[in-house]
Amino acid sequence: MIALDPAANRPQFINVRVKRQDGPGQEPYWQLFKIDYEPELNVISVLQRIAALSKTSDGKKVTPVVWDCGCLEEVCGACTMQINGRVRQSCSALVDQLLKDNADEIVLEPMSKFPVLRDLMVDRRRLFKALEKVKAWVPVDSYYNMGPGERQLRATQEQNYPLSQCMSCGCCVDACPQYNKIELERKKDETEEEFKKREEKAWDKAFVGPHAISQAMLFNNHPTGKSIAGERLDALTAPGGIQACGNAQNCVAVCPKEIPLTTSIARAGRATTIHTIKKWFEK
Amino acid sequence: MSNQRVVVVGGGLAGLASAMKLAELGVAVDLLSLTPVKRSHSVCAQGGINSCNDQTRQLGDNEWKHFDDTVYGGDFLNHQPPVKEMAYWAPKVIELMDRLGVPFNRTGEGFLDRRRFGGTLYKRTAFAGATTGQQLLYALDEQVRRRESEGLIRKFEFWDFLGPIQDETGRCRGVVAQDMVSMEIRAFPADAAVVATGGCGLVYGRSTMSVFCTGSAASRCFQAGAKYANGEFIQVHPTAIPGSDKLRLMSESARGEGGRVWVPRKPHDSRAPRDIPASDRYYFLEERYPEYGNLVPRDIATREIFDICVNDGLSVDTERMCVYLDLTHIPKAELDRKLGGILEIYEKFQGVDPRIEPMRIFPAVHYSMGGLWADYVKSADGGLEAGAPANHMTNIEGLYAIGECDYHYHGANRLGANSLLSCIFTGLFTGPSIVNYIDNQSGGHADIDAATLSGAVSKQQERHDSLLTGNPGSDENPYLIHQELGDIMTRAATVVRRNDQLTDAIEKVNELHDRAMKVNLSDTGSWSNQNVIFAKSLQDMFPIAKSILGGALRRDECRGAHFKPDFQKPSLTAEDPAARRKQAEEWCDAFEKNNDKYLKSTIADYDNASMQPQFSYEDVDTSLQPPRPRLYGLVGADIIEEVWKERAETKNQQPQMASS
Repeated sequence: MIALDPAANRPQFINVRVKRQDGPGQEPYWQLFKIDYEPELNVISVLQRIAALSKTSDGKKVTPVVWDCGCLEEVCGACTMQINGRVRQSCSALVDQLLKDNADEIVLEPMSKFPVLRDLMVDRRRLFKALEKVKAWVPVDSYYNMGPGERQLRATQEQNYPLSQCMSCGCCVDACPQYNKIELERKKDETEEEFKKREEKAWDKAFVGPHAISQAMLFNNHPTGKSIAGERLDALTAPGGIQACGNAQNCVAVCPKEIPLTTSIARAGRATTIHTIKKWFEK
Repeated sequence: MSNQRVVVVGGGLAGLASAMKLAELGVAVDLLSLTPVKRSHSVCAQGGINSCNDQTRQLGDNEWKHFDDTVYGGDFLNHQPPVKEMAYWAPKVIELMDRLGVPFNRTGEGFLDRRRFGGTLYKRTAFAGATTGQQLLYALDEQVRRRESEGLIRKFEFWDFLGPIQDETGRCRGVVAQDMVSMEIRAFPADAAVVATGGCGLVYGRSTMSVFCTGSAASRCFQAGAKYANGEFIQVHPTAIPGSDKLRLMSESARGEGGRVWVPRKPHDSRAPRDIPASDRYYFLEERYPEYGNLVPRDIATREIFDICVNDGLSVDTERMCVYLDLTHIPKAELDRKLGGILEIYEKFQGVDPRIEPMRIFPAVHYSMGGLWADYVKSADGGLEAGAPANHMTNIEGLYAIGECDYHYHGANRLGANSLLSCIFTGLFTGPSIVNYIDNQSGGHADIDAATLSGAVSKQQERHDSLLTGNPGSDENPYLIHQELGDIMTRAATVVRRNDQLTDAIEKVNELHDRAMKVNLSDTGSWSNQNVIFAKSLQDMFPIAKSILGGALRRDECRGAHFKPDFQKPSLTAEDPAARRKQAEEWCDAFEKNNDKYLKSTIADYDNASMQPQFSYEDVDTSLQPPRPRLYGLVGADIIEEVWKERAETKNQQPQMASS
């Protein structure tokens, strides 16, 4: 097999197949776009060119593809989607690399575990709600000046910092077989408030996700964060908690920040077991 | 609990700090953001956050010196009382962030580790790897989520701020915003509004900024009557990775940790960088600036890199201008511990390991020192009067501006690792000021005239509707106009500015503005229509672009990031001591004369009828530290400094000493 050398064998066009959807609950459909090849493109610049062009490969005028993006340097997590079947950020998906794997086309689809708002844009509120469930914060008394925090060993910082780089992109949950899509429709007689409550209830019962488990472990390892460690473990033993994890280990494989999610899950497993036994004795 | 309600626009460091502080003070907060707040542009800040600290204090540092470095680095265009207050708050801000769980790097003994940044000789910068902005933002995001779960804050994410609501007296009574998913436009009535919407890098097309940094929110306030100040002061960061969609930042911390900038002495030397011996390498920053070396202030590093490529023809690459930023002499383990995040970015996007091969970098638009004009009240000790309602209030009563979109702190050039500080500081500090402002008002958010609210909403609805359907037959494409605008701005108003180019750019931008008002949208739908949201923000980039260009044209001098070679003050040339002394005297005369004319903030008011900014000038408060020449690397700096000192003494204006 001859490796594709981008310098010597540059294609003239890039074919991009996009799975589109006009709104929540509507039927998805595919469109093919063709843009001029340029070296060193990423999927973001491909989508920017499609937006400026607004034409499919057969010349039909269409609306620009809708997608979410922010920093374009893989620290904000916004531009996550499925690219050639793999969930990842579109900013760090380099076209030359993608063409090496599949020279014929690039396939873009929305994330699979979140309701589609439109095209490649999904509703990821559930991700953030999970952080609330596990109380992923340090419960400080106030924001007044009370002097420095506690001294911390370098080893503690080096354990915590990787976990703290989680950008809530959702790759881990998108790849997780235990994390199922929840898409509810607002009922006719329901107010917006009521609908939101019903939605949150559904999220609360379903799997909280590896990212949230890892955040719980991060804050349980912080000198002040520890003070509500028990509450976090309670959340992780409630329905949708750690017991829902099937140990498929997909999460750690797809995490763009290489966060040791399975290590966090193992730590959480031990901590919740001890916590449960302790609680049983205290009864 | 009090019945006060504030709407905070923007969920970066400043907006989140403001929201959480207001919530703590018992105010109900509506927090609006274009993006989930955890994805705000503050995540991109890499290097760190400055304060004097126990270690630097013992080497002679103190808050006053941090203040002095900041105003000297800013070429004295900073208002001094706010800067002083910020410098004195800095250690407290970092302590708070530490308590909130930011995983700052630690020393072996468990204290916060520090690194050196540009424009100072002290190691003031605390850092969390090379993703300090992200880590600070997450800590605030977590606190805001906590307050949200307690019912004190309501978040509205994916909402686009469209403009302030003003009553018949002009007072701000809330904001109008649009849901970017459902496209619903509605009013958010409030007792006060805080705009914390960051910079305007997208005016330049590509920059180091995130896609939402269009400056449109500040522009919407500007068009509603708020003043915009020092627009022409745009920081061009010396080191970024060129890309077709974005110019990705390569943090100053790379140099803070020992990174060296160089080019081969021989133009287009074809050898691999590691095969070029030290004698054939030109470490131009170290040679030209022996004291600060690679850590000269950003404006200077940027000009030198630009100069070495453009004028000296020493670019590493013939096709694309760039210089080497070299970390390969530093042990890998140390690099991973202190700079891991940014090295990964380089590796991911360039496919080259910067631990093994020097990075190729070039300057890129990075930060807006200017922004919405806002007031402050000076305290008796020369700082800010805590709790004074006017602190950070724009000239629209009840509308506050904080963070990158204000204009006070960074003068003509921002020092690295001061922006995270100014954002968090202004967010926290303004909390009590806003509460006191609201306390003094007779009418609140609950009793705003219904017609005021509906009028503000329908005005925005009309704009929206007419954009969708108003220009049939036009073939103006907002994305292509944006590219044109970016090209014009990048050519005329970045590193080097010339009056003929600025005049030409103003004319072109005027034409482009007219075309932008007639864009035809390829999406006219009413669900998640990014096309119309972008078109609006594009139109709103023009008042800012015009303020940048107009301000730059009118400022015939060199100050910080604003560099006009036609008005550069020369180095000293005479060899004879007496003649040299005379030249230094003349140099100082010229310096003083120039300051009389140009040591002023540029203030723009927007005239909606002519679609043009009107310019005026405001004195800068330099009451704490008299301006002095900024002499980094100038030939004859020693003698100029001597003359300057003598003059200062005869004027009996000795610099104030720190009170503590």
